[in-house]
Amino acid sequence: MISVPELSLVVLIGVSGSGKSTFAARHFKPTQVISSDFCRGLVSDDENDQSATPAAFDLLHHIVGVRLARGLFTVVDATNVQYAARKSLIELARRHDVLCDAIVLDVPEEVAVERNAVRPDRDFGRGVVVRQRKDLRRSLSRISHDGFRRVHVLRGVDEIDGALITYEKAWSDRTELTGPFDIIGDVHGCRAELEALLGRLGWRRGPEGGLAHPEGRTAVFVGDLVDRGPDTPGVLRLVMDMVEAGTAICVAGNHEQKLVRALGGRKVRVAHGLQESLDQLAGQPPEFVARARAFMDGLISHYRLDGGHLVVAHAGLKEAYHGRASGRVRAFALYGDTTGETDEYGLPVRYPWADDYRGRAMVVYGHTPTTRPEWVNNTICLDTGCVFGGHLTALRYPERQIVQVPAEKVWYEPAKPLGAPARDPGMLDINDVAGTRYVETRFGARVKVMEENAAAALEVMSRFAVDPRWLVYLPPTMAPPETSQLDGYLEHPHEAFEEFAAAGVREVVCEEKHMGSRAVAVLARTPEVAAARFGVSDGSAGAVYTRTGRPFFADTAPLVARLREACEPLWAELGSDWVVLDCELLPWSAKAGELIRSQYASVGAAARAALPEAVSALEAAAGRGLDVGELLTRTRRRSRNAALFRDAYARYCWPVDGLEGIRLAPFQILACEGRATALEPHAWHLSTLALLDSPLITRTEHVFVTLDSAGSRAEATAWWESLTAAGGEGMVVKPASYAPGRVQPGVKVRGREYLRIIYGPDYTESLDVLRRRFLGKKRSMALREYALGLEALSRLADGEAGWRVHEPVFAVLALESEPVDPRL
Amino acid sequence: MLLTITTTAKPATDLGFLLHKHPGRVQEFGQSFGTATVFYPEAGDERCTAALMLEVDPIALVRSRGKRSPDFSLSQYVNDRPYAASSLLAVALADVFRTARAGRCKARPELPDTPLPLELRLPALPCRGGPELAGRLFEPLGWEVEARAVPLDEGFPEWGESRYVRLVLRGTARLSDALNHLYVLLPVLDDGKHYWIAPDEVDKLIRAGEGWLRDHPERGLITRRYLGRRWSLARAALARLAELGDETEEQLEPAVEEDAPAGESAADEAAAVEAEAQGDVPSEQAQGEVPQPDKPKSLNVRRREAVLARLEQLGATSVIDLGCGQGELVGALLARPRFARVGGMDVSSMALTIAARKLRLDRMSEARRARLTLFQGALTYTDRRLSGYDAAVLMEVIEHVDPPRLQALERVVFGQARPGHVLVTTPNVEYNVRYEFLTGRRHPDHRFEWSRAEFAAWATRVAGEYGYQVAFEPVGDDDPEVGPPTQMGVFTRDQRS
Repeated sequence: MISVPELSLVVLIGVSGSGKSTFAARHFKPTQVISSDFCRGLVSDDENDQSATPAAFDLLHHIVGVRLARGLFTVVDATNVQYAARKSLIELARRHDVLCDAIVLDVPEEVAVERNAVRPDRDFGRGVVVRQRKDLRRSLSRISHDGFRRVHVLRGVDEIDGALITYEKAWSDRTELTGPFDIIGDVHGCRAELEALLGRLGWRRGPEGGLAHPEGRTAVFVGDLVDRGPDTPGVLRLVMDMVEAGTAICVAGNHEQKLVRALGGRKVRVAHGLQESLDQLAGQPPEFVARARAFMDGLISHYRLDGGHLVVAHAGLKEAYHGRASGRVRAFALYGDTTGETDEYGLPVRYPWADDYRGRAMVVYGHTPTTRPEWVNNTICLDTGCVFGGHLTALRYPERQIVQVPAEKVWYEPAKPLGAPARDPGMLDINDVAGTRYVETRFGARVKVMEENAAAALEVMSRFAVDPRWLVYLPPTMAPPETSQLDGYLEHPHEAFEEFAAAGVREVVCEEKHMGSRAVAVLARTPEVAAARFGVSDGSAGAVYTRTGRPFFADTAPLVARLREACEPLWAELGSDWVVLDCELLPWSAKAGELIRSQYASVGAAARAALPEAVSALEAAAGRGLDVGELLTRTRRRSRNAALFRDAYARYCWPVDGLEGIRLAPFQILACEGRATALEPHAWHLSTLALLDSPLITRTEHVFVTLDSAGSRAEATAWWESLTAAGGEGMVVKPASYAPGRVQPGVKVRGREYLRIIYGPDYTESLDVLRRRFLGKKRSMALREYALGLEALSRLADGEAGWRVHEPVFAVLALESEPVDPRL
Repeated sequence: MLLTITTTAKPATDLGFLLHKHPGRVQEFGQSFGTATVFYPEAGDERCTAALMLEVDPIALVRSRGKRSPDFSLSQYVNDRPYAASSLLAVALADVFRTARAGRCKARPELPDTPLPLELRLPALPCRGGPELAGRLFEPLGWEVEARAVPLDEGFPEWGESRYVRLVLRGTARLSDALNHLYVLLPVLDDGKHYWIAPDEVDKLIRAGEGWLRDHPERGLITRRYLGRRWSLARAALARLAELGDETEEQLEPAVEEDAPAGESAADEAAAVEAEAQGDVPSEQAQGEVPQPDKPKSLNVRRREAVLARLEQLGATSVIDLGCGQGELVGALLARPRFARVGGMDVSSMALTIAARKLRLDRMSEARRARLTLFQGALTYTDRRLSGYDAAVLMEVIEHVDPPRLQALERVVFGQARPGHVLVTTPNVEYNVRYEFLTGRRHPDHRFEWSRAEFAAWATRVAGEYGYQVAFEPVGDDDPEVGPPTQMGVFTRDQRS
């Protein structure tokens, strides 16, 4: 019985004719076995061309390397009778942090010679086998020192034929455990806090006195149970009992590692709270100390859980090390990616591996005390410095919910002041935005941002956007409802109401669209508030920007000043010195003047210059008795459409002189101090905004609709018809209050005449073709951008660092650079 | 969408023979993007008019362009193609009047070679360059040109004129020549990005331009515009973002140099090759490229030389060009082996693509390629890739950064990357009075331009704050009154910091 690790490199060793290939074919999948003969054939078209041997081994090493990097079990079928050949394979396995086993097939010389003799392609004589056997004999005694985890020797034909292969799971492989888990950060002897936290998580003492969770949850400890704190033995007892009872698992921390060495009588520097553990354990019975030592000594450095979706390691683990076994993997898991330098407090400088992490598995770890747990690229550090007077933190998996209890006191003075930020909160780093990234949001799944979209956004953000300190939010895109089948219409309220009713929404609000430009206004009561809250230092007190983050005017300060004045009633109402508003800025021509002139008016001008001449040419031809009837009718109709098109855009243009003529229509209060108010019901937004009384502010007309009332729907539909008959842009339909899940935050129902601007003057001529439009991508984008926007606002309201707010805002801009049918 | 051709030759109805279209019929010709109809509004012996009317189906137009087309913006749907006499009309004309354009007429073999009195009318011709350019293109060909600009919107007279002209051409010419003139010059005047280039366009141009293009005074412009402009994917993404912000694409143009370099697109290259093959037709750009010994060096060149000289003098062996644009300085650094490691960073992926092409990255020797790192980044984001160089160059970069964000740039460059030396060049605004025609700033993307005192104040503060010494030197002719056109600050990190 030969037992090899599930993920490993297995090296077959044996002379030519010892039956390696037959053995491999019997026990392994063909794709798992890489043979030197096969590689020789690939690089020379002749499996026996010995001159191709170096190239063949190059290829063999390459293939094996790629397989190991991808985490595939691999067998090398080559003679490997020489030390050098074996050594290079062992190094290859080490490079990929997998274990390496050897299986030696030792057959009598005669057997090998006989086998070779019957193979026509092996025309070499007995000498080759003799020489190989000599090589093998010479190394057989030392082979166990080569660096293999285990050397399995099969002597003689019978033993070889009778062998069976079994597989050992990697120690780190607990993928069969699917949770749910309560993952608990660094405890450091804080027994009381640990008990309090477990209590808060719902753990109860069972009839036998052991802790258990009524919902069958499993606790996962990220290590560093010991040292510094008041009751290391108490913590160990609790955790050991749980682990033994099967209700918890625990990975090793660097402090356990060192404590074990100290208990083993090894010379270690007693520092960082080790003394406390030693003193406390000295007061315990020796059986307990022995049990604790055995427990800590047996801790594995990382676990893969839940089918590989979750990885727990004390100091985190980069993706290439997940499920691997080697000294450096263990060192990484215990100590992190240290650079070898120390900082001003004498603590090791750690390379921020999480910044570069792009793996699919969630990595949960501890080790580095931070003031609050923060998601970084699907990784999270749960060490919130309980022993230093911070919190003891747990993460509920898969819920991704954070549960904390505060420390009872500062048990141990930190070497480095806790909360000294790892980085300047005001500085953005390229790693916050560049490359393919995932942004965690609490309002939906994490959102993927593609590298090329991030690249486009980086340019726009850097060159054109307002100061990122003001750019705290970008609005999501908005999809129309399903396409209407009503004669003459592409969009109609009916589909919007149906959609929300089907999603379980009972009440919606319909808000008039003003056909302005979408604007976000960030306003601080005073420049001092702006400096304190937004970190700006140029004396500005706010910003008004477009949906791509660009300032509305070369100098927005006068507009900001007037808006702050207009928003005076909000400060007391919201109990905040600052506010972020979602608005439309009117008229459209104020911002879009250039676009209107170069695109819309231009098309109108061409149409109105060409069509009348075409009509008269056709009329002349008709006058000659030519049959141009249908073409003439159509051209006349198109001439009328061109006039309607011109009216459609002209309605939204009026001259603006400085700020005179500019109006703002706020419709939602996005955030203020401590509150991501975007989550409030729309009735609250509209009634609060109704407090604003200024010529600068335009009211947003609206109606609430009870979806199960036909009368209520009809009323709103009539309202929409009256809005749009006069050429109005239309309305937005939103759930009256925040609807979690995959419900659109709002859909726009645009008017028939207005759509000429979008679909072209003659769109009404080809409605049937246009009805075949695909909304899926737009709707999915809307949901992702909405989640990102809410995330940004929540981070802002929570007072998180600027770069944390910037991350989701940037992601919205990046998503927006993705191509989608622009007419939707 | 409409072209009328009128002749007063006698008998005028011979026009029907020439065009191979019977004056008594209405004929339709399907096109991939719509339908072309030929009919005769008048057909008398004295005067005969043929009309070509093109009905463009905008939806078919979008679909016919296929998924590969990168231009995914609204202008693709709401555009002037159904109304204007664009390249589509030229394509339809070439198809419908193929025989006439070739100058063949079986029924009246002598007719094609006979110049006729002709009047061509186009009610809405998109004309980038205005009525004046229409004159410049058609008059050398013997046409009497009547070109009037169409107003943009009568309701908004302050908006001025549209890019369309109502064009009437009168003259005596062979019909085939007239049709070829239109075939080539309609897309040239349109200069639209909707016009997609097929590999055989060069051949088509040469054939249609036979006998007149070679000696046309505007042949350079005609060739370049006819062969169109290429739109990159990066540009399409920018265009989309521009539109979301209610802006035009042009407002998001990259801040790279305005003049397109020679060999910028495959089409340009093809045109250049073709021109050479033609013998005596040097392309406009080739002319521009010829070094003119008596002309003083441009400020760009002098600035680059000043920076290079200073870098050599400082003994820097690794240099990063922050805001490298199209890679001129990077190329010059690579050409000097003493610079063992050269970095180039720019925020514009389009600029980097052009830089890669201009530096010929794909055929650069391995040894040289190994010295170069080219990447996208922004100076307001800290970035580990900026560290580890002896010197960093910010050549004409800071003035493109909004003043409130300069602080972040200082932190990134002087605080975090901390190279031994930083060379900063920026315009000296005092010198602007020496530019005769300059109004406003030197470049539309400049967020500020500083006087020498302002630059010195900024540089001195930054140097003090981050532990650098700074020295100043002029670049370009140092005017006794207003100073040099460009000012340079040379920062050197303090030994102890």
